[in-house]
Amino acid sequence: MASLRDIKRKIQAVDKTKQITRAMNMVAAAKLKSAQSRMENFRPYAEKFMEVLNSVALRVNPKAHPLLAVREAKKVRVIMMTSDRGLCGAFNTNVIRAVEGFIRHRTTQQGQAVSMVAVGRKGRDYFRRKANIVDARAEVFKQFDISTAADLGESLISSFINEEYDELYIAFNEFRNIASQRPRIIRLLPIASPESGVQLEPEGRVDYTYEPSEEALIDELLPSYLRITVFRAMLETAAGENGARMVAMENATSNCEEMIESLTLKFNKARQQAITAELMDIVGGTEALAKSG
Amino acid sequence: MAEELLVEIVTPEEMVFSDTVEMVTIPGGDGEFGVLYGHAPVLSTVKIGELNITKGNRKTYYAVGKGYAEVTAKKVTLLLEKVVKASQIDKERARRELSEAEADLSRMTKEDVGFQEVSERLSMAEAKLKAADKA
Repeated sequence: MASLRDIKRKIQAVDKTKQITRAMNMVAAAKLKSAQSRMENFRPYAEKFMEVLNSVALRVNPKAHPLLAVREAKKVRVIMMTSDRGLCGAFNTNVIRAVEGFIRHRTTQQGQAVSMVAVGRKGRDYFRRKANIVDARAEVFKQFDISTAADLGESLISSFINEEYDELYIAFNEFRNIASQRPRIIRLLPIASPESGVQLEPEGRVDYTYEPSEEALIDELLPSYLRITVFRAMLETAAGENGARMVAMENATSNCEEMIESLTLKFNKARQQAITAELMDIVGGTEALAKSG
Repeated sequence: MAEELLVEIVTPEEMVFSDTVEMVTIPGGDGEFGVLYGHAPVLSTVKIGELNITKGNRKTYYAVGKGYAEVTAKKVTLLLEKVVKASQIDKERARRELSEAEADLSRMTKEDVGFQEVSERLSMAEAKLKAADKA
């Protein structure tokens, strides 16, 4: 039987933990709000952009731009997006596991070489020795804007043109709602061609006049494509991370409460037991005195 | 129904404008062009510059960053990196941005990394000042 003081100390410790988890829960909730509205504000831009890109990229000659090149996929690169900080439940584990499966499948079954660009500290730390990381960006989620994504996009473009890799994928947690994020792996390059199943609705096809030229437009659109998709994945990760942390910390807080409750019960029982034992002593003592006296 | 042209301006941060207008003048990659209802479909790049919207005899000016414009007969969609309404431009600040960009640029050559970024900053500041004068 633990002593009264031990139990009391334990209760205090758990209570402190509870205060921390509750604070983290509230911080995550506040951050989630801003991250979520940022993500939602960006969505129309990204969607409009994809419409424009599809209407141009899908019908120009693949030879018009080096970024449209389709090569035999021998070298694959994957952008891995995780959060910088932990304590957000299975958020990072889920996407890490998905990428691990992806790498295993690619290397063993298709004989491709996989390299990785790690965005976010958690993924980088995990894959440091397990994968071929060619580029890593950690501590980016505290404050980022589209220039962070533009920077990454540029280096990805030049290495694609230099044939350092043939296919590009991005792995991130898609934000579905506050409580649920789903790991997804999407191919970015080569851009889906019309034959591969992406069909535009026929009435939506308009024959545009291109200004300046089709090629010049493509030249501007393609780098933006990478920039925008990377930025979008970053926004989804930022929102998802805070959503996941909010839920995880809420669970932790209620677990603390349960624990405090059961410890308090234990404490009260122990106290009662101590009182009873003392009473027995006193009663026993007085009886002994009465007999002898 | 009157023949109205729907204009939507979106930036990565927000939907800036969405309304029917009479005319919009866009600083296209190949030069400025005006769009009225029934315009032929065009896909164009947009240069840093000044954009204006005419609605009910009133012209509203904006300083805009790079982007794209998709024009169809009834609708114009503008995807722009940056948009500032002329009436909200702080001229003092724009002037400061201009002189900073000029100073940065004078220390660079065309081959330097970041040269393009700085020259874009310069033209954006110029566009802001020009638009602010018309507000």
